[in-house]
Amino acid sequence: MLGLDTKLTDELNYYVKEIEQVARQSGLQPCTTIFELVDYKQLNEIAAYMGFPTRYPHWRFGMEYEKLAKSYTYGLSVIYEMVINNDPCYAYLLRANDLVYQKTVIAHVFAHCDFFMKNFWFSKTNRKMLNNMANHGTVVRSLINDLGHDKIEEFIDCCLSVENLIDIHAPFKEKKKFDREHVDTINTDKLKLQAKSYMDAYINPKDYINAKRKILEDSHNKDSVLNAETDEQDVLNFLLLHAPLKNWEWQILNIIRSEAYYFAPQAQTKILNEGWATYWHSKIMTDLYPLSAAEIVDYCDHYAGIVASSPTQINPYKVGIELLRYCEKRWDQGKFGINYLECEDFGERQNWDKQTLKGRDKLFEVRSIHNDVTFIDAFLDEDFCHQHKMFLYDYDHERKTYKIGSRDFKAIKRSLLDQLTNIGNPVILVKDGNFHNRQELLLQHKFTGQTLHHSFTLETLKNLYRLWKRPVLIETADNDGKKRIRYDGSSHRVEKI
Amino acid sequence: MPIKMDSDLSRFHKIVRGKVKKELRKFIANGELLSRKGDKAVKIPLPRVEMPRFQYGDNNSGVGQGEGEVGDEVSQEQSEEKKAGDQQGEHGLEAEVTLDELAQILGEELELPNIENKGKDTVESSQVRYTGIHKKGPESLRHFKRTFRESLKRSIVSGIYDADDPVIMPIKADMRYRSFRRLNNPETSAVIFYMMDVSGSMGEIQKKLVRFTSFWIDTWLNQQYKGIETRYIVHDAVAREVDKDKFYRLREAGGTLISSAYALALDIMSRDYPHSDWNIYMFHFSDGDNWSSNDTNECIKMINDDILPYVNLFSYGQVESRYGSGQFYRNLSESFPAHDRVALAKIKDQDAIVAAIKTFLGRGK
Repeated sequence: MLGLDTKLTDELNYYVKEIEQVARQSGLQPCTTIFELVDYKQLNEIAAYMGFPTRYPHWRFGMEYEKLAKSYTYGLSVIYEMVINNDPCYAYLLRANDLVYQKTVIAHVFAHCDFFMKNFWFSKTNRKMLNNMANHGTVVRSLINDLGHDKIEEFIDCCLSVENLIDIHAPFKEKKKFDREHVDTINTDKLKLQAKSYMDAYINPKDYINAKRKILEDSHNKDSVLNAETDEQDVLNFLLLHAPLKNWEWQILNIIRSEAYYFAPQAQTKILNEGWATYWHSKIMTDLYPLSAAEIVDYCDHYAGIVASSPTQINPYKVGIELLRYCEKRWDQGKFGINYLECEDFGERQNWDKQTLKGRDKLFEVRSIHNDVTFIDAFLDEDFCHQHKMFLYDYDHERKTYKIGSRDFKAIKRSLLDQLTNIGNPVILVKDGNFHNRQELLLQHKFTGQTLHHSFTLETLKNLYRLWKRPVLIETADNDGKKRIRYDGSSHRVEKI
Repeated sequence: MPIKMDSDLSRFHKIVRGKVKKELRKFIANGELLSRKGDKAVKIPLPRVEMPRFQYGDNNSGVGQGEGEVGDEVSQEQSEEKKAGDQQGEHGLEAEVTLDELAQILGEELELPNIENKGKDTVESSQVRYTGIHKKGPESLRHFKRTFRESLKRSIVSGIYDADDPVIMPIKADMRYRSFRRLNNPETSAVIFYMMDVSGSMGEIQKKLVRFTSFWIDTWLNQQYKGIETRYIVHDAVAREVDKDKFYRLREAGGTLISSAYALALDIMSRDYPHSDWNIYMFHFSDGDNWSSNDTNECIKMINDDILPYVNLFSYGQVESRYGSGQFYRNLSESFPAHDRVALAKIKDQDAIVAAIKTFLGRGK
C-alpha cells in the first residue's frame, strides 16, 4: 500500500509464517494479514490517520500527528502495534524494533485479526474499509476543490462535533430504509411540463422549476419530519433523513456517520480485544513458539511495559488479559455452574478443582460473543476484584488530590460498567423533530446521574443548529433537576422543566 | 508516499496560529505566560483544541488498581510513559511559535505598519564570493587543477599524449580561472536605546510593565531590521549604562534627573552610532517624576535639538506608580503635541500594554 520500501525482510517473513502456523494450530482464525515495515515517522502518520493513510484531509489528523511525533521524540510513548480491521488485514511493524519485539507484535496482530473476524460485534463492520476510506477521501477532496477548503473543513468540524450521536447497536437491528429522495436529486424531468426541446426554455422557465422544486422539498421535509420516528438514538441518521442539507453537506455527514459506525466496535471491545491479543502473544511467545532464553528477558521487559497499571486509569491490556486468564482458570477447574456459585465455604471455593479443563473452549466462546460491557458484567467478580486490588478513587476537593474512595466490589463494578456503557458517551435520543409544531429539534439526554459538560453542550447545540437550521433543544438534568437548553441561532436559553 | 500529512499539519498550525492571534492581547498583557525557547522561539500555552461534543462533564472519579487503604492519596504520577498502545495523556497544547512569526501575528493583530527605512540607497557592504569557473581571467586566479585537466583531456583526445613521457603543454584554450561574484548587502542596521528611571518610586510592578512592553518592542523591531543592537541605560539622579539583566533588576534610591539619561544616550549615540548609518530608536520609561522643572525644560530642549533630528522615533512610556506625579508626560505632550516622531503613552497596568505598543510602533517609523 505504501510502496516497495515497506516490504518485510526475509527474516521477518519467515517468522510471520511460523507464528501464523502456530496461531492457526491453536485455534485462531485470522484472515489474510499483510504486514508492512515502516519507520516511526510513517507509523506516526498512519496512527494519526487511525490506520488509514488515505483518509479525507482534516486538521485534527495533523494535530494527532504532532502529538505523536512529540511524544515519540521526547521518549514518552512508542506506538506498539497498529492493525486495521479490513479483509485482508493490514498491520504495521516498526522498523526500529528488535526481533523479540517484532515477533511479539506479529503474534499480537494475529490474535487481533482473529478477533476482528470472529467477534460478534465486528460482524457487521465493513471489511473493505481501506477502499471506502480512500473513496471518502476522494469525495471530500473533490468537494474541497469545488467549494474551498475552509468551507468544507468548517462543516466537517461541525459534523465531528455530533459524531458520537450514533446508536452502536443499530447495525444489529432491522435496517430502516432511507426513504428520502435527496433534495438535489429530485429529478428535474419530473417537475417539467411536457414540451418539445426547442420550446422547453419557454414552457419550463428556470424560476418556475425552482419554485416548484422548493414547494416539493418543503412539503417533503415537513412530511418526513411529521412522520419521523422518535426515540431514535441514531441522531445522525435522523439528520440525514430529515435535516435540510445540501447535497454536499449530506455526503459529508454520511461519510462521518459511516466512519463512526466502523470505529465503534473497536471502542466497544477495547478491553476484550487487547486482552485477547495480549493473552495470545504471551501464550505463543512463552509456550507454543517459545523464545530462546536469551530473548526472554527482553520479552519480559516489554511485557511489563504493556501491562503496567496506573493508579488512576484502567489499562485495557492488563485488565483484559487478567480477566481472561481468570476466566480460563475457573473453567479449567470447574468453578462454574450452580454448585460453585452457591458454595459459601471460602476454603472449599478456594480449593475447588473439578479438572474440567474447559478453559480454552470458554475463552473462544468469550471472544466470539462478548463486548467489554458484557465481558466485565459476566466475569468480573468479587474474588477478581480483590485479587487485583481494584479500587474506586475520587477527588478530594480540600486536599486537591485523588484519594481512594472505596474498595467495595459492587461500587467498583458499577463505576466500571458506567464508564463503558455506550462507549462512555451519554445516551442521547431524538424526541421530536417538530417540537412545538415549529420544526424545532428536541433531543433528550437519558440522565443516569452524570451531568453533561456544560460549555461543550452549548457549543454542540450551535453545531446542531448549523445542520438542522431551526432551533435545537436538549433535555438534560443536573443536581437542580431537569432542564432544557435551547439554541435559536443567536443565543442559548436554559429553562427548568 | 501517498500520505498527505503535510497539508493536514499545516492546516492545524494555521488553527493554532489563529488561536495565538485571538489570544494575543492576553499574552501581551501577561508576558509571563510566554516561555522562551532558545533565541528564536517562544512557547505559548493554549487550551487544547477540542471538538465540542455531548459528553460527560468533569468526572472526578473512576476505577484504579493498586495498594492502599480507603482514604489514601492516589499517586497522581501517571504511568503514561510506560503504557503501551496508542493512548495519550491529556495535555494542554503548547504552541511553539518563532519570534518572527510572533512579530507577524503582532503586526497583523495590532495593524502595525511596516517600518519605513531611513532610506539609504548607498550600498553598505559588499562581499566577494568565488562561485564558478571562467575561461578568461587574471593569472592570479588561474585554477591549476582545472587547467591541467583540460589540457590533459585535449592531449588525449588529439592523440599527442604519450604515457611514457607525460608532458602536458597547456595552450590558451585550456586555461581556466576562478570567477567571483560581488554580493551587495544593503544594510539596514538599527539600535534601540532603552532608558529607565530606577529611582525609589519605581517598584517591581512598574518594572514588570516595562519588561513586557520592551519584549514586544524587541520582537517587532527584530523582525523589521536585521542585526539590531540594544543599549540599556538606567538613571536616578545620574545615568549609567548597564546590561540587560541589570536593567530590569537594578533598584536605586534617590532622586530623578531625566536629562542625565538623555545626555548619556546622546553621548553613546554620537560615539557608536553615526545617525547617517543607523536607525535609532529611543524608549524611555519612568513614572513621570522629575527633579525640577528646570531639568524638564532641559530635557525638552535636548529632545528638540539633539534627539529628534537624528532618531527614527523617540518614545516615552509612563508607568503608573503610587509616588509618581505623572508630570513629565504632561510636559512632553504640551511640548510635542503632534510630532510624528514622538510617541507618548501611559501604561497604567498590564492591560494598557497593548495600547502602548500600538502607540509606539503604530507609526511605521
